[in-house]
Amino acid sequence: MIMLEKRPQPSQAWTFATPILAVLLTMFCGGLLFAALGQNPFVTIRTIFLDPLFSEFAWFYRPQLLIKGAPLVLIAIGLSFGFRAGIWNIGAEGQYVVGAICGAAVGLAFYPLESFIIFPLMIIAGALGGLLWAMIPGLLRVRFGTNEILVSLMLVYVAEQLLASMALGALRNPDGMGFPGSRNLSQYPSAANLEIISGSGMHWGVLTAFLAVICAYVALSRHIFGFNVRLSGQSPRAARFAGVNPSALVLICMGISGALAGLAGLFEVAGPAGQISIDFNVGYGFTAIIVAFLGRLHPVGILLAGGLMALTYIGGEIAQSNLGLPIAAIQILQGMLLFFLLAVDVLTNYRVAWQRVAA
Amino acid sequence: MTMKTILAGATLALGLATGAAADGHEPVTVGFVYVGPVGDGGWTYEHDQGRLAVEEAFGDKVETVFVESVPEGPDAERVMTQMALQGADLIFTTSFGYMDQTIAVAEKFPDVRFEHATGYKRADNVSTYSARFYEGRAVQGHIAGHMTDSNVVGYIASFPIPEVIRGINAAYIHAAEVNPDVEFKIIWAYTWFDPAKEAEAASVLIEQGADVILQHTDSTAPQAAAQAAGNVVTFGQASDMAEFGPFPRVSSIIDNWAPYYVARTQAVIDGTWESTDTWDGIAPGMVGIGEITDAVPAEVKASAEALIESLRSGEYHAFTGPLNKQDGSAWLAAGETADDGTLAGLNFYVEGIDAEIPQ
Repeated sequence: MIMLEKRPQPSQAWTFATPILAVLLTMFCGGLLFAALGQNPFVTIRTIFLDPLFSEFAWFYRPQLLIKGAPLVLIAIGLSFGFRAGIWNIGAEGQYVVGAICGAAVGLAFYPLESFIIFPLMIIAGALGGLLWAMIPGLLRVRFGTNEILVSLMLVYVAEQLLASMALGALRNPDGMGFPGSRNLSQYPSAANLEIISGSGMHWGVLTAFLAVICAYVALSRHIFGFNVRLSGQSPRAARFAGVNPSALVLICMGISGALAGLAGLFEVAGPAGQISIDFNVGYGFTAIIVAFLGRLHPVGILLAGGLMALTYIGGEIAQSNLGLPIAAIQILQGMLLFFLLAVDVLTNYRVAWQRVAA
Repeated sequence: MTMKTILAGATLALGLATGAAADGHEPVTVGFVYVGPVGDGGWTYEHDQGRLAVEEAFGDKVETVFVESVPEGPDAERVMTQMALQGADLIFTTSFGYMDQTIAVAEKFPDVRFEHATGYKRADNVSTYSARFYEGRAVQGHIAGHMTDSNVVGYIASFPIPEVIRGINAAYIHAAEVNPDVEFKIIWAYTWFDPAKEAEAASVLIEQGADVILQHTDSTAPQAAAQAAGNVVTFGQASDMAEFGPFPRVSSIIDNWAPYYVARTQAVIDGTWESTDTWDGIAPGMVGIGEITDAVPAEVKASAEALIESLRSGEYHAFTGPLNKQDGSAWLAAGETADDGTLAGLNFYVEGIDAEIPQ
């Protein structure tokens, strides 16, 4: 019979191999699912995973991958610090929303003035907004020992109510004929998060996401801070003996993830989305949790995972409109990805061994 | 090469393709962008029925494509662009929140025609269309005013936009006309489709004493909640929802997009398509009233049918004076009817509604 033997330490090779195995298993089982739906599984898998990159219209889809992937990567990088240290910020969606509101509010306050200073101020406001929203669960945990998972998650719903109230009240477009939603920031040059190179999809948020990946890589592998983070996650007691202040670490990790989520919200509202509207947020903050784990909490892994998630979104849309696939099938495929990732994780920590049953 | 020039090249190619289609060499492709799943049983379901009617009417001459559950934001813009790139000749964007995206994509594809539901921004290749659902709301209000014993009518509203506010006003005016003691309790769900939220809203309204529930959200969850409560009257929304009849569902508003979709597709085939603004009601059949069941007393049914007939023939307008605004100031003098411009941007309640529009 099959036995699982615990490895003395996690396998280095499997740590890298399991995400790839998970993707392959997802493609295989996804193919079976699509076949059961009466589709050609090979065409479907090709449409979802390859068409956005190599089809006739890839020149349109490739920049879209950057636009869709950037907020995921930016938020996931922030989350990865806390997740490594055992600090669970589940409310990045709320920090994303508050960052967008604060950043947009600063931009709209200057309307219609044109000045180069407006966009940098919006960026600062966006990061601060996300940071402060994340400080609520952070400080409550440090001061009163509350559970940051619950508090940060609940604050998502508070943030959504705040968003609705902003779209209907303080930030509503006075020229909008009574309809909810703010002015369109992408049509206000000083506040617009424009593409750095036209047609490339490369807006300031994408650049920031790449910078965040590099900074996170350096911090985690070359800096004492990264060491402290990892140590706290693996052995909180040892970390305390090593002089790590656990309260400070909670606040720093919550702060980083909040600020990056806030930035992601600001870049989204000033660019692709353009305006504060009641349903501005579409779940990037939650999907980023999947991205963070899919990328093994490693900055480069997160970058690749963000790209992969963006691919399934865009490929999924192509499959819907070209092949008539229902959206539920695409969502099952995305769910499979996380499921298989967690399932094959067992191979990292355990060795599979055959053992004869004693008669 | 900038995005715009690339797109211009692509649209040029598409223009040639469209020309070929008009000659009958190639099927005309009609795209649909849906805000909910096609199985929502309400708004999106009825748009999809319209799409199926187009397929039925034209057979091989027309090909339809659709993408469901598209968030209102950058994702919608990408889905529309993708449809246009893949050769769609006519694209129906079926939610108010797609307005700015429809205009933006239409600008890049001057040879593709767009039809935006319930919006107010048009262009040479963008039409708008909507239905006078408030006529149906008047009928619902009439029946609701008769049917309520507690004199509390619950209203599940979606977003505070003129479309929804018109519905509340029309229902209230006609409920108060037959029952001056009637009181409206309004809950804003901030969603078009979220069965869990809608069920919760229905339960709250029932707890607050409502024995009639009107909904401007698309799922059947409120119907199920009313059925569980046992003595609460409901109305089908967007779709007939006949499976909940004869009680609690006693009638319904049915969106019938099929004739419009078929006519607009025909216009593209004939090459006679022009940018228009359509706002049809009961008379042309865009708004249908579902069967009034026997749970409604015969004399109420008769008076409701008389009201439907007078709306159909045009001898009666659902907003006929004397009507005051909520603050008591005069709106319409006796016999005066509301003009379309005011109705299109309606942002106030009529006198008697004890609630506030969210700001």
